[in-house]
Amino acid sequence: MTATKALPPELRPAPDPDELLCVDHLTMRFGGLVAIDSVSMVAKRKQITAIIGPNGAGKTTVFNCITGFYKPTMGRVALYSTPGEVPFLLERMDGFRIGQQARVARTFQNIRLFGGMSVLENLMVAQHNKLMHASGFTVLGLVGAKSFRRAEAEAKDRAVDWLKRINLIRVADSPAGSLPYGDQRRLEIARAMCTDPVLLCLDEPAAGLNPRESAELNNLLKSLRDEFGIGVLLIEHDMSVVMGISDHIVVLEYGRKISDGDPAKVRNDPAVIRAYLGEDA
Amino acid sequence: MAETRNEFLKQVAAEALATAAVTFLLSFLLVGFDTVSLQGQALTFNTRFDAVAWAVALVTAGRVLMALDRHGLHWPILVFGSIFAAYFIFAGVCGVLGYPAYDNLPKPHFDQPMALVIFGIAAVIIVGLSLAGRRTRQIHAMSSEQRKAIEATSASRGYLFLKYLGPTLIVFALALPLFANQKWVDALVVALTFVALAWGLNIVVGLAGLLDLGYVAFYAVGAYTYTKMSMYFHLDFWETLGFAGIFAAIFGIVLGFPVLRLRGDYLAIVTLGFGEMIRVTMLNWVDFSNGPAGINNVPYIDFFGIPFKRKPEEGTESFHTLLGIDYSTGQRLYFMYYVVLVLSLIICFVAVRMRKLPIGRAWEALREDEIACRALGINPTNTKLTAFAIGASFAGLSGAFFATRLGFVSPDPFNFELSAMVLAAVVLGGAGSQVTVALAALVLTIVPIVMLDLVHYRMLVFGVVMVLAMLWRPQGIAGHRRPTIWLHGKKNQPLTASEGEALA
Repeated sequence: MTATKALPPELRPAPDPDELLCVDHLTMRFGGLVAIDSVSMVAKRKQITAIIGPNGAGKTTVFNCITGFYKPTMGRVALYSTPGEVPFLLERMDGFRIGQQARVARTFQNIRLFGGMSVLENLMVAQHNKLMHASGFTVLGLVGAKSFRRAEAEAKDRAVDWLKRINLIRVADSPAGSLPYGDQRRLEIARAMCTDPVLLCLDEPAAGLNPRESAELNNLLKSLRDEFGIGVLLIEHDMSVVMGISDHIVVLEYGRKISDGDPAKVRNDPAVIRAYLGEDA
Repeated sequence: MAETRNEFLKQVAAEALATAAVTFLLSFLLVGFDTVSLQGQALTFNTRFDAVAWAVALVTAGRVLMALDRHGLHWPILVFGSIFAAYFIFAGVCGVLGYPAYDNLPKPHFDQPMALVIFGIAAVIIVGLSLAGRRTRQIHAMSSEQRKAIEATSASRGYLFLKYLGPTLIVFALALPLFANQKWVDALVVALTFVALAWGLNIVVGLAGLLDLGYVAFYAVGAYTYTKMSMYFHLDFWETLGFAGIFAAIFGIVLGFPVLRLRGDYLAIVTLGFGEMIRVTMLNWVDFSNGPAGINNVPYIDFFGIPFKRKPEEGTESFHTLLGIDYSTGQRLYFMYYVVLVLSLIICFVAVRMRKLPIGRAWEALREDEIACRALGINPTNTKLTAFAIGASFAGLSGAFFATRLGFVSPDPFNFELSAMVLAAVVLGGAGSQVTVALAALVLTIVPIVMLDLVHYRMLVFGVVMVLAMLWRPQGIAGHRRPTIWLHGKKNQPLTASEGEALA
């Protein structure tokens, strides 16, 4: 306890052990354009937090700041991977280290699978860091060491589990780029889950899905939360998804946060109604 | 009826006229005038209008045949094309073999038998293209099931071919010195060196997708490391070989650090510059490399420390005294051949193996989508650097083979043309497939040796091959990529996209 007292304030553990991600006064400027203006929000463990807002509100920019694709102009993004321990300060980390060490995984608005590689390979690549260690940085792998072969078999089992869960087991050997759109979306989520994340960031996972597929997606996302106990951060336009599964909603407009709370509260918030439907509504 | 016929003839005539005009414009100045120097003093020109006429006539005739073919009249191109091809190849072969009949055969302007053969082959290709085009149209007219079946059989046939081609080539290579003479074994050492070089570049370009136009720099580093190490530290072949690989890898990393932040075209330009830099440095740093004159007396390969010398120095052994056999210049050559063969096969084995390891998958993933890789926590810099370093070390080993074969190293061979040729082998072979890359590399090295009297046409043939490759096999000879890990067991063919959907 004394040790934690001595830490600078940004490195102290979160007061609330359920807190997973704390975004504090996050600001992102591109030249003169303020894309995000001092947004603060909290995402909790075992909860689905949705970020919604009209087009151009800065939702994806918030995602890019959290996952290290942008360096925020100002503000702090702290990830409390283990309760009671020193957080990862994501705004200070290199892009790939956020995935590697802080274990934040993400999907993309325009699907970014490795289209030429097989479905199974996509899930194996996601377990790269673990396998790289097991292969003794390629040396053990080259001589075909037993420990590496065991690790690879485990990784394959894990990939197979995910393929069964998302119902893609039969196409495991075909190129990922040849799958139908909805399958690609699910595969991208499975790939992100194969990195064993504590926080999963999904950028419009329901875009382009038909109603049946988006109902399936709802179930998948709920199972991620309930079975794996991870936090899910979600950008979504499809209100059936957002209202159906979110525990917490953050509403952005023109880079500012205009509302924050549970679905019932946000739905009735006059500021939100004004943002979506206009002044007179 | 007559009207459509007229219309059709008009179209063909228009095409023929346009083609004739373009050919004339292109060839009038370039072919029609031949610059000659008088006693090395003044420049003047000869006219070669007969060559222009030949060019215009041949090209126009070809175009007419193609136009007829496209409009549904297939027999002229088959008949005339075949006659043309048969006659040219016949005349050319007569000339190459030196039969007197060659002198009496009517032939176009030029008097080079090999060129006749090449024109004949070109005609065969054009006839083949026309047949292939018809086949494509037939396939397009089929129902999707029929088409799928045809695609599947051709893919599986292609895969089976490749599967047996590799072992066949290896057995052939092992047995070759039994029936080839020394000239051929020497040529094959060159070819194998080139194959090893292409396998190295295949990791960088084919797997990791980093377009490296200065790959020859690492080849040079390997050659000079071998030369310097063996001449000044008197290390034997095997010790120096290791150093050549390691030094080239270090150079790869040193170059990689600043450069790998760049992507695509920018990376290509910077690596191109680096390749030239090494060559120019070697040209000008006379103290180190003896400049353009090169370094002579680079030690030849030795038999695990025992040299291949006719007259060993007093008190030392030589290979033939050790075995108690007579000396022959071939001993060193055959030994070198097998060493290069075995080392290239080891390189190949390592490369194939690496592709199936996490690092290999990360290379391919990086080629597909770097941003997604970062999101998955893959360190892009380290991954690219390993690709660069490993590709470079393979080039370093090849460089050592090069230096020890000739016993002479100068900056001259390490030029951009070599980089381009290696890249061509990788692209022609189809990024990622070892066997086809080796095949393309062999063709690119062996053909110029076979057609020594056609050196001037080398680039022309090369260009034609590249264009044809782009038409027929834009993804290289290999075409399909095979996954590195399977779930439903390996089949003889990769699942096509449509089959994948059908399964789902």
